[in-house]
Amino acid sequence: MSYDWTPLLLSFKLAAVTTLILAVIGIPFAWWLSATRTRFKPALEALVSMPLVLPPSVLGFYLLLAFSPNNFFGKFIDQWFGVRLAFSFEGLVIASVIFSLPFMVHPVQSGFQSLPASLSEAACTLGKSRFVTFLRVLLPNIKPSLLAGMVLAFAHTIGEFGVILMIGGKLPGETLTASIVIYDEVGSLHYATANFYAMVLFAVCFTILLVVFLLNKKILRAGG
Amino acid sequence: MKISLRKNLGAFALEVELKVEEGELLALTGASGAGKTMLLRCVAGLEKPDSGTINFHDESWYDSARGICLPAQQRRAGFMFQDYALFPNMTVRGNLEFAQRKGASRKRVDDLLEMMALGDLQHSKPATLSGGQKQRAALARALAAEPRLLLLDEPLSALDRETRLRLQDEILAMHRQFGLTTLIVSHDVSEIYKLARRVAVLESGHITREGAPADVFGAGHEGGKFRFAGEVLAIEQADVVFAVSILVGNQIVRIIATPDEAAQLKIGSRIMLLSKAFNPMLQVV
Repeated sequence: MSYDWTPLLLSFKLAAVTTLILAVIGIPFAWWLSATRTRFKPALEALVSMPLVLPPSVLGFYLLLAFSPNNFFGKFIDQWFGVRLAFSFEGLVIASVIFSLPFMVHPVQSGFQSLPASLSEAACTLGKSRFVTFLRVLLPNIKPSLLAGMVLAFAHTIGEFGVILMIGGKLPGETLTASIVIYDEVGSLHYATANFYAMVLFAVCFTILLVVFLLNKKILRAGG
Repeated sequence: MKISLRKNLGAFALEVELKVEEGELLALTGASGAGKTMLLRCVAGLEKPDSGTINFHDESWYDSARGICLPAQQRRAGFMFQDYALFPNMTVRGNLEFAQRKGASRKRVDDLLEMMALGDLQHSKPATLSGGQKQRAALARALAAEPRLLLLDEPLSALDRETRLRLQDEILAMHRQFGLTTLIVSHDVSEIYKLARRVAVLESGHITREGAPADVFGAGHEGGKFRFAGEVLAIEQADVVFAVSILVGNQIVRIIATPDEAAQLKIGSRIMLLSKAFNPMLQVV
């Protein structure tokens, strides 16, 4: 019996793209959050953490409304970028980025906060710009946190179900991810097929986490 | 350099008027929380005073009236932190090279490593260094950036006595060689005597005394011919008098004290040892 690998590949593609985008925007954002003195910080932190407590259906519902070409945001993206967000891979990516944001931001932010302030101050008195300090002093010293953030974001996106169900529309090769297929196959009583997808997800996720923890131990032992 | 600044610190305000001569090594002392570190941070540009001016030569670093506050990056004030703040991801040499200005020669790093006796440790990460080695690496790193001013925040307080004495010599040698205007925060009277010609005492944000260490620490009016700062190590009763063991520099001397004098002393007391004619006497500082 041969199985369709497309949903699995789609899940991993979605997770990879999401993690990449989160690394680019989430890490600088976590740095900013760790250093900012704005009085809106508690509100921002609460917003970032919302996906942890909110039912995925709530977020999915509002994203669906926002992505709709009949509404402002969806229309704007459609007209200016020619991208239809509802029921498309691009839409899933945006939803996953929002939904996995706390998984990237939290570990990285606490990583930055664990560094003594004197490190950035020392770089500052040595005439280094904030950007150089960020790149060469701060980032290399929070490698375990960066790794944790990326892995959690990746794994959480693989496991995402509710939001994708709400805004994906189960288009094969476009929005039908492995987690949705498992649900559908069980619903149609195809336990063997569901088991195949479930096993692959289980094995791959376990392997990723195992490699990460092994690497992390090595990094920690090497003293960063 | 002329400093005239005010900054609210909550319980009290830091209000300091201070003039530092070119090439001078000035010590700042005073109880913890008196505002010494804050003063250094304001000069370095890590904190912004509420009002006042900071002028370095004819350059304005801070001027509240004119709205000037030069960023720390442009002040070129070398700062040595109490925790040394070495970058853990870089080797000792890497720390120094990172600190260098664009186009600076590698030879300067070599020279500094040699001067601070760090040649053998240049490829080690900071985590593997002892306290004294970290201190030397931090000083070398501050110098690698070619600062115009050196700010040392209790550079030696975390070290054992022997290392401290050796590093005091190194700081002195470094100061002689580079002639850098230097502000050093220290609690240690003997250290201040050894390093600085002038000391300012900060109490609750104000400079209350300022001058040569001997005058400031209250021995000036005694007219003694020799003065040494020391620390009481032991007080033993011998018949009607007391034998007091005192550490001066790294020598231990025993001095006889009357019961009245001994009553003023405790183990660990900072004292001044005066030799007046042939009668040494003790005075608590």
